[in-house]
Amino acid sequence: MLKDVTLGQYFPINSPLHRLDPRTKIVLLIFLIVAIFMANNIASYALLCLLTILIIGLSRVPARMYFQGLKPLWFVILFTALINVFLTPGTAIYICGRPTHMSWEGLILAGKMALRLVLLITASSALTYTTSPIILTDGIEKLLKPFSRFGLPTHELAMMMSIAIRFIPTLIEETDKIMKAQKARGANFDSGPILQRIRALAPMLIPLFISAFRRADELAVAMESRCYQGGDNRTRLNEIRFSHSDLVAALFFLVFFVAILMLRIFL
Amino acid sequence: MIKTEHLRYAYQSSKEDNIKFVLDDVNLSIRPGEFVAVLGHNGCGKSTLAKHFNGLLLPSGGTVYVSGMDTKLEENDWDIRKTVGMVFQNPDNQIVATVVEEDVAFAPENLGVPSPEIRRRVDAALKAVNMYDLRRHAPHLLSGGQKQRVAIAGVMAMEPKCIVFDEPTAMLDPKGRQEVIETIIKLKEEKKLTIVLITHYMEEAVRADRVIVMDKGKIMRDDSPKNIFSEVKFMKNMGLDVPQVTELCYALAKAGIPIRQDVLTVSECADELMKLL
Repeated sequence: MLKDVTLGQYFPINSPLHRLDPRTKIVLLIFLIVAIFMANNIASYALLCLLTILIIGLSRVPARMYFQGLKPLWFVILFTALINVFLTPGTAIYICGRPTHMSWEGLILAGKMALRLVLLITASSALTYTTSPIILTDGIEKLLKPFSRFGLPTHELAMMMSIAIRFIPTLIEETDKIMKAQKARGANFDSGPILQRIRALAPMLIPLFISAFRRADELAVAMESRCYQGGDNRTRLNEIRFSHSDLVAALFFLVFFVAILMLRIFL
Repeated sequence: MIKTEHLRYAYQSSKEDNIKFVLDDVNLSIRPGEFVAVLGHNGCGKSTLAKHFNGLLLPSGGTVYVSGMDTKLEENDWDIRKTVGMVFQNPDNQIVATVVEEDVAFAPENLGVPSPEIRRRVDAALKAVNMYDLRRHAPHLLSGGQKQRVAIAGVMAMEPKCIVFDEPTAMLDPKGRQEVIETIIKLKEEKKLTIVLITHYMEEAVRADRVIVMDKGKIMRDDSPKNIFSEVKFMKNMGLDVPQVTELCYALAKAGIPIRQDVLTVSECADELMKLL
């Protein structure tokens, strides 16, 4: 189960979307999310779906990867859909001539909500699949730069984020190892009343924390040996650059965003 | 390259009267291009000594010079760390990035090297450790030996003159250990790097030009591997081993068989035994 985490998973290939400036991608994703929430009629949804399919195509990441990203969320999507179908007041749906608790309005709302969730997740996955975590945090750092004037430690935040992402798989592996070791000594994580189960986690969490601190200490020494001295005067292997294709993408998005806005106002 | 004069080091303790020196009057001089192995059992101060070589720790007494720079002066810090790179035991805890080449780029990025030059250094470093084909991989999917080679490349990208290895093979399986040692020897021979290798594998120390044996913070012996390992009794007293073949020859000589005792490798031993037969 722990191995299924797709957060921050990067798909190292070369595609038009991979080559975009991370800042463009982040900003456009934010706009896309706003657009998804603004959409309120069939035409705008159709437009959003088209765009998402275009994004998937341009990312050159196999479509099944996007389905995989949705997998852990099927339950949530289904659950919200069911609630919507049953709890939205409106014209009841007749099955075999008898009224049920389901309503047509609910069915439509459920469909919209499910579509929204799927679009949201797919669009955000497109960002993480096409942008390596370091470049992503670089982008965030650059975007937040104006706030550093007000004392926001942008470089440190970005560094923390990229190290956290880097250590996710390492710590998952470690958790797995500790769990096995404790199970071998008779620890029981999966049965008993809830309180007892929570208590059973202590012998797993304590070693995990201690080892995480030790790792942090060693990492700090290793970083210092490699001349890490904070964010000033740092250069990059892949310096991020706003290019022609970024401009094209941004303009395209602008047109699209206006279209969604128009559809909302005039339809 | 590296020179220590009356180097002493004590960890800060609350009890003033009970100061124990982890390093006690260490005088040492490592020449450019040399391959030095440091041996000693746990707690003898060898890792502490290594951390003095790039200014991670500062001496409580005495001085350490790296290429003539005093490690105690703060303005030398970054030049010293650029000159002497360090590779640690646990490869997982040295890798900062999620893509191999981005991790290797970490040090030159810190040094403010321009991007095209970083690219050149990263490619050269990855080729030097034979990891160029895996440059786009995620480090956590690599084997221990491969990860450690990435860590070495990460240090190589600084273009140091010397690399200090602090038990780089202690957490690796035999195959990974072999990979890492071969890489170290290749760097020494091809790039003419000065190598300081801290280890407790005698088979690794045998390949050095010079072996230093430490005990209780002092240097006990500083000599060629041949001279050091022929003193089997001394090594045992130090709580250290000698290579298996050396021990065999020692036992044979003890039993009255006339055989050389400075035998270090299996093939050498085989030659000596053939002479007897």
